[in-house]
Amino acid sequence: MRLQAVMAAPNPLFNPFRWLRARLSLVSPAIIYLICLTQIPVAFTLFYSLSNWNFLRPANTRFVALGNYLDFVQDVDTLSIIRNTLSFASSVVILSLVFGMILALLLNRQFFGRSLARTLLITPFLIMPTVSAVMWKNMLFNPTFGLLNAFFGLFSTNATTDWLNQYPMMSVVIIVTWEWTPFMMLILLAGLQSLAQEHIEAAQMDGAGPLEIFFYVILPHLRRYIEIGVLLELLFILNIFGEIFVTTTGGPANYTTTLTFNIYLEAFKRWNVGRASAYGIIAVILANLITIFFLRIIRGNDQSKEAA
Amino acid sequence: MKKHKIFGHALSVLTLFIAFLVFFPILWMVLTSFKTEADAYTNPPTLIFQPTLENYQIALQQSHYFDYLLNTLLITGFSTLVALLLGVPAAYSLAYYPKKRSNFTMMWVMSTRMLPPVGVIVPLYVIFKNLSLFDTHFGLILLYTTINLPLVIWMMRSFFADLPYESIEAARIDGATLLQEFRYVVLPLALPGLMATILLCMIFTWNEFFIAFNLTITKAAPLSVFIVSFKTAEGLFWAKMSAAATLTALPVVIAGWGAQRQLVRGLTAGAVK
Repeated sequence: MRLQAVMAAPNPLFNPFRWLRARLSLVSPAIIYLICLTQIPVAFTLFYSLSNWNFLRPANTRFVALGNYLDFVQDVDTLSIIRNTLSFASSVVILSLVFGMILALLLNRQFFGRSLARTLLITPFLIMPTVSAVMWKNMLFNPTFGLLNAFFGLFSTNATTDWLNQYPMMSVVIIVTWEWTPFMMLILLAGLQSLAQEHIEAAQMDGAGPLEIFFYVILPHLRRYIEIGVLLELLFILNIFGEIFVTTTGGPANYTTTLTFNIYLEAFKRWNVGRASAYGIIAVILANLITIFFLRIIRGNDQSKEAA
Repeated sequence: MKKHKIFGHALSVLTLFIAFLVFFPILWMVLTSFKTEADAYTNPPTLIFQPTLENYQIALQQSHYFDYLLNTLLITGFSTLVALLLGVPAAYSLAYYPKKRSNFTMMWVMSTRMLPPVGVIVPLYVIFKNLSLFDTHFGLILLYTTINLPLVIWMMRSFFADLPYESIEAARIDGATLLQEFRYVVLPLALPGLMATILLCMIFTWNEFFIAFNLTITKAAPLSVFIVSFKTAEGLFWAKMSAAATLTALPVVIAGWGAQRQLVRGLTAGAVK
């Protein structure tokens, strides 16, 4: 804000040549780099997506226009892939939002051991995703020697659930929720800490109970933070690959095959470049839609700050 | 009032208990890494055991761990460095010399960060094969720089914009050149932000799997690919797997613990401070 005020005022030191030089020479390399490594590959993907190029039958390659996209609409598997992607992403986002909110509220108090609790709670987010997946698969979900069944064995005599085979999607959701709850928690905690204590005190004076304070004071204040957290997490969750690859490899059957995982299968198992590219373009469009929402919120933040 | 206090203590204990529960799988993995294989693979799980360092010896000596670690260090280090070299000047310029289009530039930069890797993996595979970049450090550094660059630009711009503008102005009045201004005024002030940016870049690069897995085989494969070889660890390998996994995840966990405060800001590209 300080900066914006300075920029608005006429700057006596303003030197157009220096300004132009700074503008051209400093931003351009980064922009050119990003164009070369992101926009050009996407253009290639778009180009491939219009062909039926398959690495196994390169001689048959020809232009098929929107054939791959039509396949996506018509294919019998598409429905289950969309269903898997939606149920996976929405479960993880909703669960991590609920748990993240509870944990943020718990951490937003002064108490002995608070920083220890926060440190322990953010650790799942820092652990390498493939390490998490290997750990959960072998040490927690293992039907005979896993911790989960050992725990449930305390209450029942017959705890032999084969988690990854009997409840594949639920198991993957558990792992990814465990990893991403800290992310939501940190964002919501930042939001809670920016809420002036006076607002809560004022509501208490008016005789509001804890639930009323949560729904009428805290939640409206957190709205922006929730939106930012949900959209960013969604963008990352849609790209999840390692956890699925390590634990279920998309199976059993295709129960845990999401859009991202399916693109991997098309490209590197079936070597179907054209189709994988078309699905890739669909993933890019989806991500861009979410990003647009996200940027709107950030811009809304800036504008409200300027207005304040 | 007394009742209130007891309730407060109960909440604190509950918070710590939940934190411990969430952390427990990691603790269990670390404990397992110090067990013998016989102790690691039992039902019910063994709680009391004679600790051993044997698994770490085996993980370090017999499994090419150091080759993968070296790959990860090279790729992480260079991609962070190049992203800083390209991104810090850009962020500096966007923070102090904004122009009508700067807002759009920032938005566009963000959109490149949000580009799903699956949307570009096929052409990258083809291009990398054709240009002999497949399974090379250089290839991965190129791509990880692409991932880190938007992060550097967004974070550093947000840190630069928060600096006291008066000190920069003072340096200009004293006739400092752009480089002097940057080196002696801006950089020391923005150092904490810079460290946070570096840490976040390292966390993302260190943990990345999808690109590394599809564009390497063995020569340039980082630790995230190495650890997947324990995907089907059975019977005799649990303790070794745990040792390798602990060694792989540890550096980032420690770095992240140190950068907790800046983590949020970096993760949300400065949208949440």
